[in-house]
Amino acid sequence: MQTLVQTGAVTKVHSVRRPWLRDVIGILAIVIAGAVGYWLFPDNLALLTRIIAVALLVLSIDLIVGYCGVATLGQAALFGAGAYAAGIACVNGVTEPMTLIAIGGTAGAVAGLLMGTIMLRAHGLAQLVLSIAIVQLFHEAANKASSITGGSDGLAGLMISPLFGIFEFDLWGKTAYLMGLALLLLVFIALKFVVSSPFGMLCRGIKQDPLRIRAMGAFVFPVLLKMFVISGAVAGMGGALAAISTQVVGLDSVSFELSANALVMLVLGGLGTLYGALIGTVIFMGFEHVVSSINPFHWMTMVGALLIAVVLAAPGGLSSLVEKVRGEKA
Amino acid sequence: MSDLFRVENLSKSFGGLAVSRDISLSMAAGERLALIGPNGAGKTTFVNLVTGQLKPGAGRVILGGEDVTQLGAVRRVRKGLVRTFQVTRLFSELTPEEHVTLTVLQREGKASRILSRFRGNSGVADEVHDILGALGLLEVARRKVGQIAYGQQRLLEIAIALALKPKVLLLDEPAAGVPSVDTPRIEQALERLPSSLAVLMIEHDMDLVFRFAKRVVVLAAGEIIFEGAPSEVAADPKVREAYLGNYAHARSVA
Repeated sequence: MQTLVQTGAVTKVHSVRRPWLRDVIGILAIVIAGAVGYWLFPDNLALLTRIIAVALLVLSIDLIVGYCGVATLGQAALFGAGAYAAGIACVNGVTEPMTLIAIGGTAGAVAGLLMGTIMLRAHGLAQLVLSIAIVQLFHEAANKASSITGGSDGLAGLMISPLFGIFEFDLWGKTAYLMGLALLLLVFIALKFVVSSPFGMLCRGIKQDPLRIRAMGAFVFPVLLKMFVISGAVAGMGGALAAISTQVVGLDSVSFELSANALVMLVLGGLGTLYGALIGTVIFMGFEHVVSSINPFHWMTMVGALLIAVVLAAPGGLSSLVEKVRGEKA
Repeated sequence: MSDLFRVENLSKSFGGLAVSRDISLSMAAGERLALIGPNGAGKTTFVNLVTGQLKPGAGRVILGGEDVTQLGAVRRVRKGLVRTFQVTRLFSELTPEEHVTLTVLQREGKASRILSRFRGNSGVADEVHDILGALGLLEVARRKVGQIAYGQQRLLEIAIALALKPKVLLLDEPAAGVPSVDTPRIEQALERLPSSLAVLMIEHDMDLVFRFAKRVVVLAAGEIIFEGAPSEVAADPKVREAYLGNYAHARSVA
């Protein structure tokens, strides 16, 4: 490595150390943003926890769309799998929150394996259509199996034990929020390692040219399937967090609408950086919350206008604006 | 037969159009063979058949005594049958260093690891440095491929192929599209290919072909019409006819 740096010293030595430092700064920024949210909006912690849960969903989409180039409009199937698994486990007596998160993650991973196995048989538009079909099937399954899922009434009355046996899930949602924030940080750091591993680089290659990757002697399908499983685990944990914090699981958690909104959030924030997923979720849901309280009749119009403005002004998403500013400074 | 690589009676038709007819050839280790022919003669189709991107209608591909005809493209690469592309297929957002590192990791079976750093292996880094150095790519090692010169991209195609430690290397027009000032660098890279490697090169630049190859095979309308020394090829009446165009229209299968 040192030899390369020496010879390539003329070109771009700083690019060697930057990513590491940048990620530390990025993670600190998440911690600060999380703390600021906690102090500034103590009455809105339920909303902030919801944002974190959806951020996990959007991160999981970024893994598939941003890093592998597989388009999906059915990611809520994995989120919902996690939410229902945690919810069903909870009403059946498993009330320890960390265990419920783990159950949600596992259920999401299994659902991801299933979804990936089906979706990766097709390409392009057919693949997108399959993703929609899958989330609709999950939705119908959750609706019809009302004896275990509560059907259209939802699965209500989840009683969660105190976290570590100490911290009660209070009315203000402090415990849920702080647990969610810690979970998001851990997942984010883990995913940073995943995308900077050889596996992550292989995914980026597949995104650009799968035929090239095959000519390098690597199989494409198992790599993508692995990413679907990881993605499913992340989405599933998001679903479980949503279930724990709201103590209810509804059909909206396995909806096409949630899938599509989450994809919009990702595009808004920017693909393939992980930061974009977080920025997009916070801006979209924050904007939605503010605008819908100001004008409950036309808020969707304003959200639409925001989207058009961002896509036209910054086709790479909001996170690309940050990059642009950094680039001009450097 | 002690041939390293052999193709037997390879045929392929698209619809009623025969694009490869009964092609047979063999190569020994270390051999330098050029495959030439007019446009549409089926040269790239031949490479696609040999590497497994296309399934042949008939015939066999044998590598090191083993029949690999039923193997897919990925497995053939792993057995040592490696190609470059006529139009470079590189990842524009990645750097040459990342391309070659990924290739070396893949060869060592480490490319799908999650619990290790991409640049964490110093043995791999040394090898990548050597490969890029041998092809004169160290200066651009950390630049995005989309920003480097086309000649350097072609060299990177060769670097990736070499990183796979092939037994047989198929070069599909390695100098195509390269400005003439840069062709000497490509040629130099070709001269320095490992001597044990069997190299089959498709090329239009006849000067390059004559300097590089000891043996020339001419393909026209999907079949071999000449096989011999470079010095004899220009005098061959069938070859002259093919290049004048009589063979350029592929005949349909009877």
